[in-house]
Amino acid sequence: MTAVIEIPSALQKFVNNRASVTVPEGSVKAAIDSLLSQYGGLKEHLFDEQGRVRSFVNIYLNDEDIRFEQNLDTQVKNGDVIQIVPSIAGGR
Amino acid sequence: MLNAGWLLLRCPAGGAGRAGTTSFWPQVDMTGTAAPELSAAPRALGQSLTDLIGNTPLLRLERIVPGGNLYAKAEWYNPGQSAKDRPAWKIIQEGERSGALRAGRTLLDATSGNTGIAYAMIGAARGHRVCLCMPASVSPSRIKILKAFGAELILTDPALSSDGAILKAQELYRAEPERYFYADQYSNENNWKAHFETTGPEIWRQTGRAVRHFVATLGTSGTFMGAARYLKARDPSIQAIEVQPDSSFHGLEGMKHMDSAIVPKFYDPAFADRKMAVRTEAAYDAVVELAKREGLLVGVSAGAALVAAREVTREHPGQCVVTVFPDNGMKYLSERFWSDNL
Repeated sequence: MTAVIEIPSALQKFVNNRASVTVPEGSVKAAIDSLLSQYGGLKEHLFDEQGRVRSFVNIYLNDEDIRFEQNLDTQVKNGDVIQIVPSIAGGR
Repeated sequence: MLNAGWLLLRCPAGGAGRAGTTSFWPQVDMTGTAAPELSAAPRALGQSLTDLIGNTPLLRLERIVPGGNLYAKAEWYNPGQSAKDRPAWKIIQEGERSGALRAGRTLLDATSGNTGIAYAMIGAARGHRVCLCMPASVSPSRIKILKAFGAELILTDPALSSDGAILKAQELYRAEPERYFYADQYSNENNWKAHFETTGPEIWRQTGRAVRHFVATLGTSGTFMGAARYLKARDPSIQAIEVQPDSSFHGLEGMKHMDSAIVPKFYDPAFADRKMAVRTEAAYDAVVELAKREGLLVGVSAGAALVAAREVTREHPGQCVVTVFPDNGMKYLSERFWSDNL
């Protein structure tokens, strides 16, 4: 039973140019830990030195911002989709 | 009314105010010997919106760099409240002049923010329909501003960032080229030329030719390529320094990480004398510092500009360093880095 983390284009080079990565069910934190265990180079892009999610990084579970749910403790079920989106997307 | 150019020359340390003359480019006596003149050309009472574009103040950042020579162009003094009024207005002007932007056609472009506001504002004032493609992740308040000016919005996949919006605009234009005037800020030469003709000369004048280092963040690269080209044409020894995010994954709205993005056609990677990279959090900290120590509420790219420009100022004490603060901070107050500092 698995869920999927969609990887933004700016980070795909750190995950062998994949658009998504499969992770196990559990919490969002467990899902991201699984992602980082597979692709350690992502960590510095997603978390600050204190281990907090960087202030411009938004994580969505099935289109809902996890900050308005149980944050990293939000539960992930089979078939769920997690998205990592920078809060502002660049460009002019 | 006094000639604003004369006033600017008398205030080389950045005390220049808004140009109050009726001409877009006041004549400047570079010798400093001429007496102030009355504004010459008679015209109808009042000014149009586009008359207010450009001639922004050059602020001295005295508390951030005490005794230093660090200056910033306050681009939020443009009527659309950002530097983007300059290229948007020139692109629209040249489109009207060439006939590419004419009755029945809709101005189309990809923009996540300030250029869109400039297009929508000027489009409303000039009677042009405006259609903008942008990532769905732009803030709700930004969307409301654009809609207030009557623009049509097409929201694109936020995971694809601004590049997704560019690809969508290109797709729309290819499908119906007769319907649109594709402004294409990333390839349109009038983008950087706007800054060559306005921002660069203003900095040259406002510093009384003292500028030694010009520091600018890269988005389309129009501000940097245009203003730096002008300044180097006046004095090739002036150092042109470009500033980018330190990573492809960043939170610096308006800025581009050139190695990982669709590169603007007119960006010349070999032009800069120096390239600096700024981490998102450092720029956010600088934004907060500018508000609390200088009373300047600026946008996140201005924070990145300050981080780089301050470093240059430290390396070259006494030399005049000029940067550009592209917009103010009103649109960013809902960002998370602010909520920790309010």
